[in-house]
Amino acid sequence: MRPEQQQKQQKPGIDVAVLVSIGRHPTTGRARRAEQDARGLELALAMEAELPGSRIDVLHAGSQDVDSEAALRSYLGMATGVGMGLESMTLLEQPEGSDAILPLVEHLAATSPQLVITGARAERGEGSGLLPYALAEHLGWPLVNSLASIETVENGVITLLQALPRGQRRRLKVRLPAIISVDEAAPAARQSAFGPARRATFLVAPTTSEADSELAQWHLSPARKRPKRLKIIKAASARDRFKAAASKAEGKGGQVLTDVTPEQGAEAIYKLLKEEGVLR
Amino acid sequence: MDGKCSAQGWVYSALAEVCRRSSPAAKDEVSTMLETLLPILIFTALALAVIGAVRRIRLWRQGRPSRVNLLQGLMALPRRYLVDLHHVVGRDKMISNTHVATAGGFVAAAVLMILVHGLGIANPLLGGLLLLASTSMFVGSLFVARRRLNPPARLSKGPWMRLPKSLMAFSIGVFLITLPTVGLLPDGLVEGSGSWLLALVLAGVVVWGLGEMFFGMTWGGPMKHAFAGALHLAFHRRAERFGGGRSTGLKALNLEDEAAPLGVEKPTDFTWNQLLGFDACVQCGRCEAVCPAFAAGQPLNPKKLIQDMVVGFAGGSDAGYAGSPYPGKPVGEHQGAPHAPILAPVVMKEGKALVDAETLWSCTTCRACVEECPMMIEHVDAIVDMRRHLTLERGKTPNKGAEVLDNLIATDNPGGFDPGSRLNWAADLNLPLMADLKQVDVLLWLGDGAFDMRNQRTLRALVKVLRAAEVDFAVLGAEERDSGDVARRLGDEATFQSLAKRNIATLAKYRFQQIVTCDPHSFHVLGNEYGDFLQEGQGGSDFNASYEVRHHSTFIAELYDAGRLTFAPWKGGSVTYHDPCYLGRYNGEYEAPRRVLKALGIQVAEMERSGLRSRCCGGGGGAPITDIPGERRIPDMRMNDVKESGAELVAVGCPQCTAMLEGVVDASAEVRDIAELVADALVERPAGDVSGVSRRTTAVTTAEEVTL
Ligand code: SF4
Ligand code: SF4
Repeated sequence: MRPEQQQKQQKPGIDVAVLVSIGRHPTTGRARRAEQDARGLELALAMEAELPGSRIDVLHAGSQDVDSEAALRSYLGMATGVGMGLESMTLLEQPEGSDAILPLVEHLAATSPQLVITGARAERGEGSGLLPYALAEHLGWPLVNSLASIETVENGVITLLQALPRGQRRRLKVRLPAIISVDEAAPAARQSAFGPARRATFLVAPTTSEADSELAQWHLSPARKRPKRLKIIKAASARDRFKAAASKAEGKGGQVLTDVTPEQGAEAIYKLLKEEGVLR
Repeated sequence: MDGKCSAQGWVYSALAEVCRRSSPAAKDEVSTMLETLLPILIFTALALAVIGAVRRIRLWRQGRPSRVNLLQGLMALPRRYLVDLHHVVGRDKMISNTHVATAGGFVAAAVLMILVHGLGIANPLLGGLLLLASTSMFVGSLFVARRRLNPPARLSKGPWMRLPKSLMAFSIGVFLITLPTVGLLPDGLVEGSGSWLLALVLAGVVVWGLGEMFFGMTWGGPMKHAFAGALHLAFHRRAERFGGGRSTGLKALNLEDEAAPLGVEKPTDFTWNQLLGFDACVQCGRCEAVCPAFAAGQPLNPKKLIQDMVVGFAGGSDAGYAGSPYPGKPVGEHQGAPHAPILAPVVMKEGKALVDAETLWSCTTCRACVEECPMMIEHVDAIVDMRRHLTLERGKTPNKGAEVLDNLIATDNPGGFDPGSRLNWAADLNLPLMADLKQVDVLLWLGDGAFDMRNQRTLRALVKVLRAAEVDFAVLGAEERDSGDVARRLGDEATFQSLAKRNIATLAKYRFQQIVTCDPHSFHVLGNEYGDFLQEGQGGSDFNASYEVRHHSTFIAELYDAGRLTFAPWKGGSVTYHDPCYLGRYNGEYEAPRRVLKALGIQVAEMERSGLRSRCCGGGGGAPITDIPGERRIPDMRMNDVKESGAELVAVGCPQCTAMLEGVVDASAEVRDIAELVADALVERPAGDVSGVSRRTTAVTTAEEVTL
């Protein structure tokens, strides 16, 4: 017990901001805690248990009504018996259809947390998945996507496990402050309890909101399920069939760059994007 | 404490008095001594008992308030004890007779003893009665002793093993000291040099008896059950259960009041009369003997749970418990205090809180323990109260629990299916919708079985039956939601109330005479639990008052009696019937399903545990969702019961039971819902048959035809 405690005291907690949005149930469309954002909060809560003294600030930018309030409260319902004082969430209130990025950037710059956790993609609205990148660009902080777990935080450096396709993992050391985004690779969120959710309070922080002029011009309609392309498998043996079923389509072409300078890497990516017509 | 010391001082001075007076004695010196000593002893014991009683009552009053009519309860006490309690005890004739002799003898002897020996009213008539009472008590105690010779495993040992001896000490002691009163003292007995010794021994025996019976009654001995039990009966939280009534719906949590605790975290969160109820337990283990979870080796024993609650509000460890443990959990590792959490908030490294969560999640809420308990203790209420805390405050519903609750919140059904697909199974049946008709005779409540392929067969059969009987019915279709049964039993009162209120609002839009459902869980919740949430003008406190809710077996039996159904004679093999807990014990419907089976020409080969004592299938209370491992599976044990009855087919009346029993591998019997059996036996009604004519006589002939 003793040495462990001392060790823990040596590692002071850090300030974490968890960005949460209002989710949408895929079948019924009801407001709920967004799956990925909830995983983000789960990650923060688990880290808090490891690193006592950490402070979690749950942050939401958007409008607030009856439905969305219940959804937001259910994030705080996850703070059961953890005792990290997660009784309230910070609300950057803005009218429907406003751009969330600027108020978030302003708030984060002002409160300067060491770590920002966010879901990779929202369940309603644009859902483009660009928010973490936009934040990283504005704040100039490093971004790690598809996080699987947080291993240690020591002397301002965080050791992370990033999820790669097909179950692979990559260990990364990142200097704080940083932004990490989580998707389905992160541990599932814990149950949300009614009691703490009901007691939760909202701290409304002042914001400047700007209508998202681009979004306003968009025409939104429900997505249609696209038919799946059939995979025709010509396999001779059961082993081949299994391999065909289990493997993802191999990318054609491409190249693996190792031991190159960042400039060379950027050059290669730039070239590829030009070839593919993404950049003109 | 002061009272106790001075009382002890009193006893010592009394004993000194005995010694001073006991010279090598003559007859009257001994009797004078007894005359002096007895009142002292009796009133000392009584005084101690009163002190103990006050202390005990203080313990109970740590609980939260509960509204009961104290005076009415006390007045009803004799009837509740003599009729209702003995109705339950009387299922075991030997014990009930033993108890009548012992307890009756004791109460009479105690009162008479206070008059004769305490107040010195040496009336020979009273003395004679006292001799009679103590004899009765002595005979009773012989039977108690006999049962304790080779006690069944369900009985607690420990202090309970000395009880028959204490009973004998009291009855013999009282008998002997009363002999002089009626002038029956054999002369030789107290003469000579041994007489003072004898008197001392006699006094000792009386002290022992008084100690157990008076002192022990309020200070926590086995006789505590008499004191706590009597008050528990008087202040029972479900007074409706007395006089043959039924009260099975869970009590609603007041979610409007944000200060009220959400369920029970610590012993003092129970209401005071719940605490009192726990204290009434006689550790007879009848609940343990019928508990399916205990039998399956899951870590639950209802008797131990009640004892743990007593440990909780009195403070201490469970080491003093002398009965069967929770399977797989050694006794002596858990402890509690009135204001300490019953369930450890985090996994503790050393020592444990009072109860482990898996104990609570093992329960199927089958109510077998409650029905069997001679003290009418409410185990299920307590278990659900603690589950409420786990779910609502801690978000700790185990295994699939959280997922099911999330689904219920997001899709109104536990499986997370698209609510719009609730009628997909009936795409070809062209079911009439309530939304179109607005008014029908019968609202067919589908339940969540509508999403389950096995239960869809039952539903289709039921529709066929209703159509054959030309019943005017309709369904809610996509407007129907889960009744909230599972959410409530998993402790999520908030989701339950939300579902209940929305269902009630939907029902209020339409007009119908009755709701018929093939799901006993919906039946119970709609009929017994929605009443608390009805608005003004929706039928008062009893949901049944505005809408009659019926199980399909009841409804089919009525249709048959009205001559609206005709069956071909049964040609299959032998059949047994499994009583679903939520139809039988929760709603008292044992007869209708049997009547339907009889009408089909089936003679039911009853299982040993059927009717009131039916053994649960393991599917209730969210148990399949929380899925606490044991040594065996409950449905396997139930299918074994079926096998022992020799039946080739087991008729059921519940989608849960069907699913659980059909899930048994290598089962010896087929599982069919009553609706399916009825649908298969349907024959065209003969032309010219006047519908509406009673068919009770035909039922008899059909049965006879088959027996031929
Ligand atoms: S709870 Fe009831 S049935 Fe169980 S041991 Fe106690 S008195 Fe007997
Ligand atoms: S309700 Fe059934 S499962 Fe639960 S404790 Fe009682 S007998 Fe056991």
